[in-house]
Amino acid sequence: MLGKTVKRCCVAVSSPILFLFSSLAHAEYGLNMTKGVTPLSREVYDLHMLIFYICCTIAVAVFGIMFWSIYHHRKSKGARPAQFHHSTRLEILWTAIPIFILVIMAVPATRTLINMEATGDADMTIKVTGYQWKWEYEYIDEGFSFFSALDAESNEIRQLKSGLDPNEMEHYLLDVDKPLVVPVGTKIRFLTTAADVIHAWWVPDLGWKRDSIPGFINESWALIEEEGTYRGQCAELCGRDHAFMPIVVKAVSEDDYFDWVGEMMVAAADANAGADREWAMAELMEKGEQVYATFCQACHQANGQGIPGAFATLVGSPITVGPIEGHIDIVLNGKAGTAMAAFGSQLNDVELAAVVTYERNAWGNDVGDLVQPATIAGMR
Amino acid sequence: MSNLSSGAYYIPEPSSWPVVGSVALCLSFVGAAIMLNGSGLGTFILGVGMAAVIYMFYSWFRDVIDESLAGRYNQQVDISFRWGMGWFILSEVMFFAAFFGALYYARIYSIPWLGGEGDGAATNEFLWSGFEAIWPLLSTPDMVIDAAQTKYTQIKAVIPAWGIPALNTAILLSSGATVTFAHWDLKKGNRTGLCWWLAATVALGFIFVGFQAYEYVHAYQDLGLTLNSGIYGSTFFILTGFHGFHVTMGATMLLVILLRSMAGHFTKHNHFAFEGVAWYWHFVDVVWLGLFIFVYWL
Amino acid sequence: MSETASQADHHDDHDHKPTGIRRWLFSTNHKDIGTMYLVFALIMFFIGGAMAMVIRAELFQPGLQFVDPQFFNSMTTMHALVMIFGAVMPAGVGLANWMIPMMIGAPDMALPRMNNMSFWILPFAFAMLLATLFMEGGAPAGGWTMYPPLVSQLGDGFPFLIFTVHFLGISSIMGAINIIATVFNMRAPGMGFMQLPLFVWTWIITAFLLIVSLPVLAGAVTMLLTDKYFGTSFFVAAGGGDPVMFQHIFWFFGHPEVYILILPAFGIVSQILPTFARKPLFGYVSMVYATAAIAFLSLFVWAHHMFTVGMPLAGELFFMYATMSIAVPTGVKIFNWMATMWRGSMTFETPMLFAVAFVFLFALGGFSGLMLGITPADFQYHDTYFVVAHFHYVLVTGAVFALMAASYFWLPKWTGHMYDEKLGKLHFWISVISVNVLFFPQHFLGLAGMPRRIPDYNIQFAEWNMISSLGGFVFGLSQLIFVWVVIKCVRGGEKATDKVWEGAEGLEWTLPSPPPFHSFTTPPQVGMATARS
Ligand code: HEA
Ligand code: HEA
Ligand code: CUA
Ligand SMILES: [Cu+2]
Repeated sequence: MLGKTVKRCCVAVSSPILFLFSSLAHAEYGLNMTKGVTPLSREVYDLHMLIFYICCTIAVAVFGIMFWSIYHHRKSKGARPAQFHHSTRLEILWTAIPIFILVIMAVPATRTLINMEATGDADMTIKVTGYQWKWEYEYIDEGFSFFSALDAESNEIRQLKSGLDPNEMEHYLLDVDKPLVVPVGTKIRFLTTAADVIHAWWVPDLGWKRDSIPGFINESWALIEEEGTYRGQCAELCGRDHAFMPIVVKAVSEDDYFDWVGEMMVAAADANAGADREWAMAELMEKGEQVYATFCQACHQANGQGIPGAFATLVGSPITVGPIEGHIDIVLNGKAGTAMAAFGSQLNDVELAAVVTYERNAWGNDVGDLVQPATIAGMR
Repeated sequence: MSNLSSGAYYIPEPSSWPVVGSVALCLSFVGAAIMLNGSGLGTFILGVGMAAVIYMFYSWFRDVIDESLAGRYNQQVDISFRWGMGWFILSEVMFFAAFFGALYYARIYSIPWLGGEGDGAATNEFLWSGFEAIWPLLSTPDMVIDAAQTKYTQIKAVIPAWGIPALNTAILLSSGATVTFAHWDLKKGNRTGLCWWLAATVALGFIFVGFQAYEYVHAYQDLGLTLNSGIYGSTFFILTGFHGFHVTMGATMLLVILLRSMAGHFTKHNHFAFEGVAWYWHFVDVVWLGLFIFVYWL
Repeated sequence: MSETASQADHHDDHDHKPTGIRRWLFSTNHKDIGTMYLVFALIMFFIGGAMAMVIRAELFQPGLQFVDPQFFNSMTTMHALVMIFGAVMPAGVGLANWMIPMMIGAPDMALPRMNNMSFWILPFAFAMLLATLFMEGGAPAGGWTMYPPLVSQLGDGFPFLIFTVHFLGISSIMGAINIIATVFNMRAPGMGFMQLPLFVWTWIITAFLLIVSLPVLAGAVTMLLTDKYFGTSFFVAAGGGDPVMFQHIFWFFGHPEVYILILPAFGIVSQILPTFARKPLFGYVSMVYATAAIAFLSLFVWAHHMFTVGMPLAGELFFMYATMSIAVPTGVKIFNWMATMWRGSMTFETPMLFAVAFVFLFALGGFSGLMLGITPADFQYHDTYFVVAHFHYVLVTGAVFALMAASYFWLPKWTGHMYDEKLGKLHFWISVISVNVLFFPQHFLGLAGMPRRIPDYNIQFAEWNMISSLGGFVFGLSQLIFVWVVIKCVRGGEKATDKVWEGAEGLEWTLPSPPPFHSFTTPPQVGMATARS
């Protein structure tokens, strides 16, 4: 850790110089926008480079002149002040030229923008829903959906003063438990929306980001041409863990994609299995712990004690050791005006039963009672 | 003192009212905030703050009036006041613009999108299927999904334009006329005329407010039209509410002017206070026309 | 006027200025109020800066070392609110208070009592805002843009945030009204509008923007308040509203706001460049029109902050073109400044150094702004550090550098002493180098894909963040030099002449340094002599 830091300090101090004297192409420092892997992303990249070069040219010209003047028209070099103070011809000139340049930029910009909005005739549709702080992907045509949250390892490292070294992990904060899997060479229509606050779904390699807004749906599209894993992050401040809801897109061949879909269908089928039978404490606690880790831990923490002032503790709280109905109700329907979401829409009866049971018996709450999926179903 | 040393110019003496005003406003805001956070203490602080604000206004204006009566103001000060009032009214116009903007946005964009028009096709299909965009919006999108789960109250009916609102329009417009007659009489130097016309204006103003109040009660009790009956109730009450508040302010200021006129203040040529309040009155008048057309009528 | 000048040495006892605390609490004097504004702004700059240092410290390396993410977000949010509403805006108003009456030959502001209230609101408003740091639920953490629904998840601090905004709005609007009334009504006989110094012109236009845009912000936050406490649904789809509606209303204020921050800076630079080039300002008239054009256009470009919310195509195109068009009048200003320097006889005292750095670095920020204005490209840039780099170039090396320049430029006039030129130059050089180490790498971070408003990041962003932080610490510390220069200059130093600078032009330089308590006790006659073309 420390060695790394020292090393980086050196790099840090030296690299501005490096940066000035060597070529700009410090690939490993990532200096420029990615070309990406879709037609759109490449168009955007080209547009970006075009306007960048135009601005550089203008800057060089304009400031070349300025600094030339600053050097030559100094009093110390005996320059006498001229007294001219206006010239209509010049004013017109330097109004007209910029306008002309702007038009040159506007043309390709308009073309690209129109392409980006052309979400029609897509081969498949994925509905992306932002939650505090994870993503839900719903395959509209195939009819299954799943949540995708920050992976366990990153989550451990990123805890305040965890003492663990982020440098040990290549995809620190850019890895998830379940990636979004899509086929290459397919025009995919993305529908972005949110369940609580505004988020923004962004994978740089796809060439755009789109806000996901509660109550509304935005449409975008992407056609990925190369197989590979593409990473991105939530790009709209969405509360405490805004930095910790990454996006991972795995682009695979058509065949692999359909195999994967097959598995997902099966999984979806037996997800709610056992909703109708009685569950034993042990199994509920076990399942509950998993559910808690993915859905509750971010706020209420692994030790259930939450964060004073921000997130309520579950240890010995009136909810978790109080009447069971109240507990189930708040988990089902959330608490308005706070970050406590309504998990009724996110979890099935088994998962809810398990997590409530877990919360009532973990961390020395030991209320002892257990909730059956049937009870949950009754309270929906 | 300094006004002597500054010859042609008039500079007021140091004054304590600005600081008092800042403290008073701060108290009010802090009080209101604590109140909203659910502590009775806040209500008390708010009360104290408001009292202080009123006291500040009273004393500040008393000073100004005394100076004016003492003839210490020159033409230039008068013009400064006019510019001040004029630009203040512009800022008020922009304040209302925000809420008119909200009304416009809801009617032209958000509701149609939720109803599936234009870019809203997917929004309606996946989130609010079944919801139809209509104005006035009586039932909110979430009612269409699950009437039991809704956070909002169902509107039975909205207030028709050609009842009390039309009457109120007539009242405000005529009050605009009466205040102008008052001005003419003031310039003619006919003080009794001035006072009567002013009294009429004040009366009309408060009658208007009375009707608004009656209308609100009706809306809440009989129509289910409340602050939380969705975007219609929201825009309706925020616009008419702030307007009603401004009318009350204006009428109160007119009342002060009336009392001052009865006390013999103002001359044919020097009566900025009167004109300033008159301008303000015409402003609330015009805002109401906008309200009548876009909130009640169309 | 010679008569005013003769009072210079003994004007204090002549003016019967009130003494002690009452002088400041009850002041009706534009210079005292101006001074209070400037001191307040400097204090706020340090508070906001200290918050920025917390941000930079946490971002020094990957992993969370110092603060909880929630608190980090509070720092980001408060940093912005304090810097914009507490540092840069008050500093601008302070300069307006000090200089405008002197520049137009008036004794004071048109409405001195209201002037005092405009100032005294500020300390109370910021006491309210900073108090939220110690409240249940913490300080505002939803970004200075206060987007719903996130902002309403804030705890007890929420109503304090809203009311602070109202409070500050009242202050700024009163200040703006005062400035307009002063310029329209208090000009010395014979001084036409087209003879006003550009600093005065830019302030007229800024004041107009303030009066037009701030009430809209007040309206927007009022709706946030009613949505949270009174059941309205302006920004809730379930009730027929739209969270994006807030963004439109906010940015209708927000974009003009950024020009409110920069236009006075334009004015300052337009005063300084001619002075040190010893040559009249080039294209005075087109400068005035360009400023007006920028202000006018700024009312129609707001949605370039929300290209990614999914507006209809037509809207995105309109706002893209409108945004790009602002480059034209801004360019006119840049070019006129260059023509002003061209074939002048330049010297580079500290104010000039900051002014030249402003022209160069502001334009740099302008270029990145233009890139952001290209909608499809903004789909990549938006909410990344590329944006952060953009607005710090226009805000820090733009607005703040201009304010620094102004301070050095007018300090001798205010205090009657020359400041320490050596220290001034030192301050400039350290600042100008470190500020680029601080903000330039953020362009790379943004393009490489680092989102803004995050306390922790992947190692691929580590190097540039560390460089940026190092630059930040140096820049921060170097601001202490500035404070030292100011204190030293107030305490004493070489006596400043009335004219102070060889190339100085305008009424303010005809007054003694420091000027009498009430600038012009009798209206000065402005002959065509001081007329500009
Ligand atoms: C002082 C403040 C200031 C100023 C002056 C500007 C100036 C400009 N800004 Fe900036 N901006 C901000 C402060 C400012 N901005 C802030 C604070 C934000 C972030 C808000 C937030 O989200 O928190 C922001 C964000 C922001 C965005 C949103 C980015 C995003 O969130 O995705 C955009 C997009 O269009 C933008 C554009 C512009 C443009 C086109 C200008 C133009 O005015 C620039 C014009 C100048 C030039 C172009 C250079 C000089 C011109 C020439 C030399 C002539 C020739 C040049 C050409 C023909 C190209 N700005
Ligand atoms: C005029 C406005 C202004 C000014 C002057 C600044 C000045 C600075 N800002 Fe800025 N900043 C904004 C306006 C401004 N900022 C806005 C609007 C945002 C967006 C907020 C949002 O996303 O909602 C933002 C966000 C922002 C971010 C992004 C945060 C995030 O996205 O999470 C960062 C990160 O580096 C940053 C850094 C800085 C730094 C280092 C300075 C430096 O220039 C500060 C230098 C000054 C000092 C340091 C104080 C003086 C010295 C001392 C206090 C002594 C102690 C010093 C040391 C111990 C070193 N700011
Ligand atoms: Cu989700 Cu940021
Ligand atoms: Cu903008």
